[in-house]
Amino acid sequence: MTRYSAWSVFWNGLTGQKGWDRAWRDPEPKAEYDVVIVGAGLHGLATAYYLAKNHGVRNIAVVEKGYLGGGNAGRNTTIVRSNYMMPGNRDFYEHSLKLWENLSHDLNYNVMFSQRAHVSLFHSPASRDAAARRYNTMRLTDTDGELWSLDELKRNVPHLNYGPNSRFPILGAAVQKRAGTARHDAVAWGYARAADQHGVDIIQKCEVTGVIRDGARVTGLETTRGIIKGKKVGFAVAGNTSRLWGMAELGKLPIETHKLQAFVSEPLKPLLDQVVVFGVGGAHFYISQSDKGGMVFGGDIDWYKSYAQRGNLPIVQDVAECATSILPCLGRVRLLRHWSGVMDMSMDGAPFICKTPLDNLYLNAGWNYGGFKATPASGWYFADLIANDRPARVVVNHDLTRFERGVNIDERGAGPDPKLHG
Amino acid sequence: MIRIPCPFCGERDHSEFGYGGDGTIVYPALDAPAEEWVEAIFERENICGVQSETWQHVNGCRMWLLIERNTMTHEIQSVRPAHEGVAKALEESK
Ligand SMILES: Cc1cc2nc3c(=O)[nH]c(=O)nc-3n(C[C@H](O)[C@H](O)[C@H](O)COP(=O)(O)OP(=O)(O)OC[C@H]3O[C@@H](n4cnc5c(N)ncnc54)[C@H](O)[C@@H]3O)c2cc1C
Ligand SMILES: [Zn+2]
Repeated sequence: MTRYSAWSVFWNGLTGQKGWDRAWRDPEPKAEYDVVIVGAGLHGLATAYYLAKNHGVRNIAVVEKGYLGGGNAGRNTTIVRSNYMMPGNRDFYEHSLKLWENLSHDLNYNVMFSQRAHVSLFHSPASRDAAARRYNTMRLTDTDGELWSLDELKRNVPHLNYGPNSRFPILGAAVQKRAGTARHDAVAWGYARAADQHGVDIIQKCEVTGVIRDGARVTGLETTRGIIKGKKVGFAVAGNTSRLWGMAELGKLPIETHKLQAFVSEPLKPLLDQVVVFGVGGAHFYISQSDKGGMVFGGDIDWYKSYAQRGNLPIVQDVAECATSILPCLGRVRLLRHWSGVMDMSMDGAPFICKTPLDNLYLNAGWNYGGFKATPASGWYFADLIANDRPARVVVNHDLTRFERGVNIDERGAGPDPKLHG
Repeated sequence: MIRIPCPFCGERDHSEFGYGGDGTIVYPALDAPAEEWVEAIFERENICGVQSETWQHVNGCRMWLLIERNTMTHEIQSVRPAHEGVAKALEESK
């Protein structure tokens, strides 16, 4: 398979773009694999890649009901950051950010990771104090973070609504400069191609419809392309986790499925260099500008549980109100598209990378709407768990028993109500 | 927009309502074992299909309602006051 390089781009430019191979194969499923991962989203693909690369596992399949990257992988607003404070989150997301920093080289695929800074506005002395506490905690363990005064913020992000008529006057911002965005499709394609090069079979249009059990073991999966056996099986199906869990007859989970919408405007000339986040009272809004010029933004989830990848209008209104109150210059910009994805909202807003009641079944879920940034570390630690059959120190509390043990990882402090986490 | 037929106010946009959550949860007795509380507070069936859930008509009559709704199609199957006494009184007044 061709290695991508400046030279290959140059050479193909001269020779009519005829020298490119397929980026990954389209194999028929084999009867049995050492590891079968369900779900070719970012987490499933990253897991397969690190299983092969870090742990030398061969004979891996990733099975996907649609096309790879067609779930939340291709629907998110691509924000990558590690400004978390809780133990368990802080080290996990910082590790993820470090992996992002070298990801394009590691995968030999340009994921367009752009460390353009993540700017969270604050609007009251209390929220400034809370931000100072959070960012100082991060700095103690070597995650970057700083506070910007109003003057500094105005210099760096000139178009926000600093006017006297703003409902919540801006006082300054908490900033993580190493944070930013990446191209979500490229991340899925990059991991898929790199995993495929390690011999991983990515089997698309292959829906898992049943889980075959022999007592406390999974022996195989019923799929729309026949039975596929796996010595070990991992679930990485985001909003569909409870459905797979049900197929394995494992009962309830601390997860609810909700949908989140995202929006993109018509392309504009360069307007916003950073990711800007606005959150006060009930409002929640985040925005950045894509390399094509579209303003990419989103807000809260739709508030009611849903498996439909289809958003509803009240949130469109909410988000449009936030947009025009923060960046009034967007008032006449037209919306190009909006869409929605189904997310695995957990009871404390933190994920699960853990063993399950079945000996050879492993779970990767509970990403809420923060799983894009988690991709590299999620794949890294899930692969490590599957290969070694024990969690690494960083994810020991990312298991299903943490609630009964009283170890909630509740970054927002919102309590056991999935719709309140972000 | 989902339209919810409130038994007191008639059919209204769902944006007038606040979402509660799973309507099947029954809290155990105060002195029940911790596992029962853990299950009631943290564990969910998370049904894809028709599920029972609570909504409150916050910007209307403020009543809590028990609604059967399909989580895939968003179709509403039934609506009744969440409080059984109120539901019964309403039934009898018809
Ligand atoms: C609108 C939106 C905005 C977001 N913004 C951000 C953001 O800015 N930053 C951030 O960090 N995170 C964000 N997220 C969250 C992030 O996108 C998700 O947490 C993450 O993508 C989930 O992991 P995944 O990519 O593996 O999931 P998915 O891509 O959803 O992968 C799961 C896959 O499993 C497949 N599957 C399901 N059931 C079956 C079955 N029975 N058989 C076979 N395959 C099956 C699905 O088809 C799907 O492809 C956002 C999410 C949404 C929806
Ligand atoms: Zn009413």
